[in-house]
Amino acid sequence: MYVHDEFDRAFLAERVEDFRGQVARRLSGALSEEEFKPLRLMNGVYLQLHAYMLRVCIPYGTLSGTQLRALAAVARTYDRGYGHFTTRQNIQFNWIKLAELPDAMADLAKVGIHGIQTSGNCIRNTTTDPWAGAAPDEIEDPRLYAEIIRQWSTLHPEFTFLPRKFKIAITAATHDRAAIKVHDVGLRLHRKDGETGFEVIVGGGLGRSPFIGKTIRDFLPKEHLLSYLEAVLRTYNLEGRRDNIYKARIKIQVHEIGLEEFTRRVEAEWAAIRDGALRLDADAIDQVRAHFATPDFDRLEDRPAVLAAALEEPDFARWHANAVAPHKAPGHAIVTLSLKPIGGPPGDATADQMDAIADLAELYAYGEVRVAHEQNLTFPHVRQKDLPELWKKLDAIGVATPNVGLVSDIISCPGLDYCSLANTRSIPIAQAISQRFADPARAAEIGRLHLNISGCINACGHHHVGHIGILGVDKKDEEFFQIALGGKGNFKARLGELIGPAIPESEIVDAVERIVDTYLELRLSPSETFIAAVERLGPDPFKERAYAPR
Amino acid sequence: MTSPLQRKLKIAGPTVVTANRLADGAVVWLGKGGRWTDRIAEAEVATTADAALHLLDLAHADERAAVGAYPATVALSAAGVPQPATLRERIRTAGPTVTLPGAL
Amino acid sequence: MPLVKSGAVTADPFVFVADGEALPQGAVIVSAARLLSGDPALAAHAGPLGVAWPNDKDVALLAPVLPRLALVALAFPKFRDGRAFSQARLLRERHRFRGEVRATGNVLQDQVLFMARAGFDAFALEKASDAAAFREALARYSVFYQPTGDGRRTVRDLRARAQELEAAE
Repeated sequence: MYVHDEFDRAFLAERVEDFRGQVARRLSGALSEEEFKPLRLMNGVYLQLHAYMLRVCIPYGTLSGTQLRALAAVARTYDRGYGHFTTRQNIQFNWIKLAELPDAMADLAKVGIHGIQTSGNCIRNTTTDPWAGAAPDEIEDPRLYAEIIRQWSTLHPEFTFLPRKFKIAITAATHDRAAIKVHDVGLRLHRKDGETGFEVIVGGGLGRSPFIGKTIRDFLPKEHLLSYLEAVLRTYNLEGRRDNIYKARIKIQVHEIGLEEFTRRVEAEWAAIRDGALRLDADAIDQVRAHFATPDFDRLEDRPAVLAAALEEPDFARWHANAVAPHKAPGHAIVTLSLKPIGGPPGDATADQMDAIADLAELYAYGEVRVAHEQNLTFPHVRQKDLPELWKKLDAIGVATPNVGLVSDIISCPGLDYCSLANTRSIPIAQAISQRFADPARAAEIGRLHLNISGCINACGHHHVGHIGILGVDKKDEEFFQIALGGKGNFKARLGELIGPAIPESEIVDAVERIVDTYLELRLSPSETFIAAVERLGPDPFKERAYAPR
Repeated sequence: MTSPLQRKLKIAGPTVVTANRLADGAVVWLGKGGRWTDRIAEAEVATTADAALHLLDLAHADERAAVGAYPATVALSAAGVPQPATLRERIRTAGPTVTLPGAL
Repeated sequence: MPLVKSGAVTADPFVFVADGEALPQGAVIVSAARLLSGDPALAAHAGPLGVAWPNDKDVALLAPVLPRLALVALAFPKFRDGRAFSQARLLRERHRFRGEVRATGNVLQDQVLFMARAGFDAFALEKASDAAAFREALARYSVFYQPTGDGRRTVRDLRARAQELEAAE
């Protein structure tokens, strides 16, 4: 796990004092709101409907118990006792006071976490696979490259006032758990002729003009990672559109000038800088790699007797089948903690839960917690023999709902209950749908189904890549919801297809249920997933039923 | 900071000016005598575009107290007390429609 | 609009001369259009010559005339429009321009360190209070994560040095 050293600590302390000064200047009137806004945003501070919101980044989703407790303390001391985990490995506090923000930031800085570049038109928190370092299908731990990118992008003097925000995601596995094709830059670490390097994908993104990213380079040797990113960013900073906020993302630049021309410009820029100071020699990579040593895993057998015995118990077996995934080390497992209790707001955790999870991580998970983009938490390293005991303790604090990857594991933006940009609410819709599918047996029968809800076209709930995607639209102050089917966020990313006119709030849950029932009737067998059935059948049969006369 | 566009304000009924308080972000309304209040019932109601523009100018002139001021249509009770007229304004006035996790 | 150079407010020896107007003696700044027009008055001008370069024009176009230039003024029409950061780096690091690179427009104290790191060495600040805070603003950070052409040592260098020292002990 990356441990902040004296340089990181000095930097964070300086950053907090810088922000403290900016807040003081704003409160005194020396800074106008127009001047202050970009500065506060770059520290993760938004002004939402009811209060300021602080977004804190969790680099590559990795937290220690100490860090999670510090987040809990901020929730308790400066907020209302809870936090909200987002789709980009961040956590948000919803009720924080501007005047108290510098103190909250100082508390977080002491444990090496912060809100730097979680908003604003800069390079955002680089996200990655929540199973990094644990997944059997990865070729290398992607977090070390995420950390290299984090350091390079932190207060980058050239790229802090970009045309628009810039998000990078990275994966090193054969399954994409980081949605790299819907990021401004997606990086896929892979092997070619015995060497590891990156496939570089540019111009993906959701929002009002969704695009799937396109490959601009099949193989980039690792040593060129930063120089190549700098070439991409420079091309974007100089030539990306600034005349229209809705056309300012790099995806529009790539779309408008064409992939070939964009690639040519990037490659030309790269040729001029590739052998400069950004080149990562083996020493530079090793310097960071040293921080990501895998824990010294106990030597254990797979499926120990205590686990086999526990699996006789149906409730444990259901949770095990749902929330536990294979680990690269024998006798270990990856455990997902569901932050989607039936009827609860997706992704929220109370300070008490955070404290308890921190304790459990230290007891059972080599001290590590991860934040996943599905708004759940993960214990990446758990001994299989501890699973039955851990399950009971997770269940006691409400994070063992066996719905991971199922219909009630809903990704949702905060919506109009909190967000100043939203058109409709999304949390109450998520709550109602999750209640409708509360029966765990029924949810398991339905199987893998990703349902995403966004309360406006900015798509923070990633509705474009939900198997079922729901988008809130406001019609004369009434909440309506559009439904799209067939979206996917993985290596085979695809945008969902709208199935018809928006449905009033009172009917949306029924419509979703009818779509799910249609799938259950039409699937070839229980092994044909919802998304596979939608791909085979097309949207029509679902559409007919969704809009069936009521 | 009134943009020329805002000079042509159209109002769709009784209107108040609302914003967020600078220090803590709390929802506030422009009340009597140009003072900010955290109770919508105390908001000054404009019934003409000119009166609403005047309120907006007052609000914008005072960026140190509250930020992001904008006009919001309100409903008036029988006694003439302003109440939020849209879902967004109802949520701003009363808070989220969902139970907060901290309160569970 | 105070001009800060070498950390202190200083008088500006340059005057901006509008297109079509005769060049006075001494240091002048002309528009990009005039500079590239081949105006013979520029060749005849004995004093220092500068150009006000817009942020949507490729600085590579300046390369042939750079040896003649004493100053390039880059523009921040809004402080959140950051194109001139890239232009400054290209001027310094690719085209090896050694004259003055001046930041003009909506220049705030919160950016001067970024600007200095990108290669700016003169700052036409919008507010007097920001000029007064300039030195402090430039010293707000001691830790830098990425190399630019400014010569500041990066964290990577410092860590490598610390490791060497540790090894030597």
